[in-house]
Amino acid sequence: MAVNAQGASAAVPDPLGLAGRAGSAEPIQLLTPEGERVEHPDYPLDISAEEIRALYRDLVLVRRIDFEAIALQRQGELGIWASLLGQEAAQVGSGRALGPRDMAFPTYREHGVAWCRGLDPMKLFELFRGVSHGGWDPRAHNFHLYTIVIGSQTLHATGYAMGIQRDGAVGEDGEAAIAYFGDGATSQGDVNEAFIWASVTNAPVVFFCQNNQWAISEPLERQSRVPLYQRAYGFGFPGLRVDGNDVLACLAVTRKAMQAAREGQGPTLIEAFTYRMGAHTTTDDPTRYRLAAELEAWKLKDPIERVKAHLIRSELAEKDFFEAVDAEADQLGARVRRSCLEMPDPEPTAMFENVYAEPNALIDAEREQFAAYLDSFVTEEAGMTGEAGR
Amino acid sequence: MTTLTLSRALNEGLRKAMESDPKVLIMGEDVGKLGGVFRVTDGLQKDFGEARVVDTPLAESGIVGTAIGLALRGYRPVCEIQFDGFVYPAFDQIVSQLAKMRLRSLGTVSLPVVIRIPCGGGIGAVEHHSESPEALFAHTPGLRVVACGDPADAYVMIQQSIRSDDPVIFFEPKRRYWDKAEVDTAGGLASAVPLDRARTLTSGTDVTVLAYGPMVRTCAQAAVAAAEEGRSLEVIDLRSLAPLDTGAIFASVRRTGRCVVVHEAAITGGLGAEIAARVTEECFYHLQAPVLRVCGYSTPYPPSRIEEHYLPDLDRVLDGVDRTFAY
Repeated sequence: MAVNAQGASAAVPDPLGLAGRAGSAEPIQLLTPEGERVEHPDYPLDISAEEIRALYRDLVLVRRIDFEAIALQRQGELGIWASLLGQEAAQVGSGRALGPRDMAFPTYREHGVAWCRGLDPMKLFELFRGVSHGGWDPRAHNFHLYTIVIGSQTLHATGYAMGIQRDGAVGEDGEAAIAYFGDGATSQGDVNEAFIWASVTNAPVVFFCQNNQWAISEPLERQSRVPLYQRAYGFGFPGLRVDGNDVLACLAVTRKAMQAAREGQGPTLIEAFTYRMGAHTTTDDPTRYRLAAELEAWKLKDPIERVKAHLIRSELAEKDFFEAVDAEADQLGARVRRSCLEMPDPEPTAMFENVYAEPNALIDAEREQFAAYLDSFVTEEAGMTGEAGR
Repeated sequence: MTTLTLSRALNEGLRKAMESDPKVLIMGEDVGKLGGVFRVTDGLQKDFGEARVVDTPLAESGIVGTAIGLALRGYRPVCEIQFDGFVYPAFDQIVSQLAKMRLRSLGTVSLPVVIRIPCGGGIGAVEHHSESPEALFAHTPGLRVVACGDPADAYVMIQQSIRSDDPVIFFEPKRRYWDKAEVDTAGGLASAVPLDRARTLTSGTDVTVLAYGPMVRTCAQAAVAAAEEGRSLEVIDLRSLAPLDTGAIFASVRRTGRCVVVHEAAITGGLGAEIAARVTEECFYHLQAPVLRVCGYSTPYPPSRIEEHYLPDLDRVLDGVDRTFAY
C-alpha cells in the first residue's frame, strides 16, 4: 500500500476523499538539517528574521533548562527528570503556533511547550522534585497540568474541544485545543477513543504526536505497522508527518491545523518525526536497547544547529546575537539551579489540602489527628529541654 | 407531593438541574432518543437538545475522559455508565484523573462531574449487569460516593450531586428503579438532608442496621418483621459512602450496642469492613457483640438462577440480627 502526496494508490478505498490530505511518508520540511530554507507548496511560511531569531532563543533556553534539570537530578535535587533533548523543535514550533486562547494538554515531557505558554520552569521542577504533583492553574497560561498516565490527556483535550463547540467558539476568531502525546501513547485505548470522539463530533482539537522512535525501550515497530500519521486516515480526519526537528515546519503545520480546527474543519493528527536523544527519564539506560550509531545519525539532524546554520548562512544574525542568547541561557541556568535549591518542602499537612472542594469530615478528622501526632513529638522535646515548643 | 418511580424521580431531578443550570450536560450510551436503557433520561434530549444530552460513542473511558475535558471548560457533565460492570474501562479516568485533578492543580481545578451507575443485582441479568463496585470508589480519595435508596432521595441526591464541586460517583439500585413513592418535587434543596448525611429510616433500641442502595428497602422490611418478634431495629440509610456519616453511625451504635452492616457487594474488603473497624475503634465499650456483616459472598456474582442465594434478603438480615444476640 502506498499513500503519498499525490494520493492513495488505486487499491486503497478512499470513501472520505482523504487521500490527498493524508500527507506523505516524507516529512514536511522547511529547513534542512544543513540550515537551508526550502519551500513546501502546502505550507508557505512568511517569517521574519526576528521571528526566526526568537525561535532560536526559545530552543536554546529550553535545552538549557533541560540540561540543568538533568544535572540537578544527578545531584539528588530532583527525584527524576524526563528529558526533551532532541525534541525542542517539535515543542517550540508547535507551542509558538498556539494562540493565547488555545488550550494545550501536555504529557510530562512538554517542557518546551510549557516555556512557550509562559509557565515558570520552576513549576515543572516542583513536580519533578516532589514538592507538588503539578500545582499550576491550567487557566493562567492555557496550559493544562502534566499528565503522567500515557494518553489520558487526549480525551481531556477532546472533551475541552467539545466545550469550545458548545460555547460557540468555533469559526472566525475561534479557539482550539491541542493534545500532546508520544508514539507509545498511540497504542493506548484512550488515544484511539479520543480520535473517535474528535472525529464523530468534528471537535476543534489537534493531535500532536511526537514520534521520538522510542517508548522507553520499545521501538516504534512494537506500536505500529503503519506510519503513525496514517492512523488518522482510518478515523476519518487528515494526518500528516512533519520533520519534528525542523522548528519552522512544526510551526507551519501546527498553525495550519490549529486554524482549520478553530474554523470548524475538525481534527488533524500531526506526527512530528523526531528522536529522543537522551534517556526516557533519568532512571533509564538506553545503552541497553539501542545502538549508538542511531544516535549519531540523529545528531546530524539537530534541531538547534540547523537554525543556527540558517541564521549564519543567510546573514540573519551576527556573532553578538548568539553570544547574547548564550549569556541569557547561562543566567537562566543559574536562576533555575538557585531556585531549585531554595525550593522549600511543603508542610506535611499539605497532603490534606485540596483533596475535596467541599468540607470533608473524614479528611478534617485525619488532618487533626496527624497534627496532634506531630505536636506530641514537639511537646516531648520541649519537656526534655525545658524550652517552649516550636 | 407526586408519586414517582425511582427512575422517574431521577429523571425529574436531572430535568430540574438542567433547567436551573445551562452548564449541566448529560452524556452516555443511549441516553438520547432511547432515554437510557432504564429510561432515566427519557425525554431530556427532546427538551434540551443534542448538545446537552449527548449520545456518546460506546467507550466508557471516553465518556469520563471527555467529561473531564468538558468540566475543565466549565461544564457540569452527568455521565451515565450503562451498567455497573461496564465502569471498569473508565477506571483510570475516574481514579487517576477525575479524583486527583484537584490536588494535582493545588486546588485551582474543580471537576464537578457526576458518574451515574445503575448497580446491584436481582433483575435476572447476564454477567456484568449485577455488580456492586462501590468499595473500589469509596477507597479512592478525591471522590464522593453516594447511593440512593428510594425515589425521594433519588430526586434530591442527584441534584445535590450535580451541584457539588467535587466529582461524585452516584449509585442507583437498578432493581428499585420501579419502586414508587411520594416525592416532593416542589420543595427546594435547602431543606433537604445534606448529601453527606445518613438518614434514620426506623428508630429502634436493640440493633443498628446499616444499609444503602438496594438493601434499604430490604432492611426496612426486616425492621417490621423483627418488631413482630419483639426486636427493635434501628435502620439507617447511609446514603453517603464516602465520606461516611460516622457521627450518625456511632451515635446509634452507642445507644443500641449492636451493629449489623448489610450490602450486596462481596463481603471481603467491602464497606462493611470499613464500618466495622471504625465502629470497633470508636464504640468499643458500648458494644454488646462484634459488628456483623450480611453481604454478598467472596465470589464473582453468580448466574442469575441462583442470585437470590447470593443476595442478602429479609431472612439473612434477620439471621444476622439474631447472631448479634448470641454474644
